[in-house]
Amino acid sequence: MAGAESVAPRFRAGDRVAVRAAYPIGHVRTPWYIRGKRGVIERLCGAFGNPEELAYARPGLPKQPLYRVRFLQREVWTAYGGSPGDTVDVEIFQHWLEPA
Amino acid sequence: MPHDHDHPHDHDHRRGHAPPHRHPKRADQDDTITQWKAMEIAVRELLIEKRVISAEEVRQQVEEMDNRTSLQGARVVARAWIDADYKKLLLNDGNAACEALGMESGPYKLVVVENTEQVHNVIVCTLCSCYPRWLLGLPPDWYKSRNYRSRVVNEPRDALMEFGTMIAKDRTVRVHDSTADMRYLVLPMRPAGTDGWSEEKLAALVTRDSMIGIAMAITP
Repeated sequence: MAGAESVAPRFRAGDRVAVRAAYPIGHVRTPWYIRGKRGVIERLCGAFGNPEELAYARPGLPKQPLYRVRFLQREVWTAYGGSPGDTVDVEIFQHWLEPA
Repeated sequence: MPHDHDHPHDHDHRRGHAPPHRHPKRADQDDTITQWKAMEIAVRELLIEKRVISAEEVRQQVEEMDNRTSLQGARVVARAWIDADYKKLLLNDGNAACEALGMESGPYKLVVVENTEQVHNVIVCTLCSCYPRWLLGLPPDWYKSRNYRSRVVNEPRDALMEFGTMIAKDRTVRVHDSTADMRYLVLPMRPAGTDGWSEEKLAALVTRDSMIGIAMAITP
C-alpha cells in the first residue's frame, strides 16, 4: 500500500464515530440501515480502493482507510428485541465517518 | 423436461403407454436467456476468440470453484482447537494462518471471530453475498436470500432460532456485516467430550454452518 496513494487514517480503535447520513446515488457500500448511526471503531482494517470509484472502472485512488465499526443493536433498531449488549459490526470507509 | 417431482402418478407404466400428465411441466432452469447471461456468453466467447483465455481454462476455474468446500475451513478450526499458538495466529492474521497449513491464503483479508461462553458471532453480507469462498466453497442459497440478509442483522436471535439455534439471553450476539474488503469465519466453540481427539477427528465436527455462525459444531 503506497503511502502517497492512501489517505492517512483519522481514527483509532475505541474512537466514537458517526456514520454520515448521506444518500448519494451510485455504488455505495455503506448499508442504508447504518447511515446516521453512532458506533465505536473496532479496528482499522487497512486502506482499500474506494468502491464508489472502482465500480465505474476508475482507479479508486487514493485508497481509503477502512474500519470495522461496532454498533449497539438497540441503538440501530428502535424496536430491537434481543439482549442490550448485542452488537453489529460493519465495515465502513473513512470518508463515511465523522468524529462523534 | 425435468421429471423429479415426488408425488405418486396415477398412470400405470406397465401398460407401456402413459396417459398425459395432469400437472404443468416444470421449466428447465436454463431456458431463459437474460441480459446478464447473454453478456457473460458474449464476453467469454470474445475472450476465447481473441485467445486471452481458453475454454479449457474457464472449465478448470469453474471446476476448481465447485471443488472448494468447507473442509478447508474445518481444517483451520480443528488446528486452532488443539494448538494455542496457531489459534493466536488465526485470530491475529487469518490469511497467514491459512498459508501456514499450506492452503491458499485467500484473495481477501480474513477476519476470524471466536465464539465463547459470553459471545456468539454470526456472519452476513447485507449488500450481496460476500463469503470466504476459499475456506467454505460457494455460499448456500439462503445466505444470499433477502430474508437472511435483512433478518439476521435486524433480529438475529429469531433468525437463528429458525435454524434451530437458541442463544441464551446472557450471551452477546455479535453480527458481522461483510460490507467491503474483509471476509469472515467464525471459530466455533470446541464441543465437550472431545478431549484428546485427533485434529482429523475434530475437523469432522466442524460444519459449514458452524463457521457462518448459524449453528454450533457437532457435539459427539
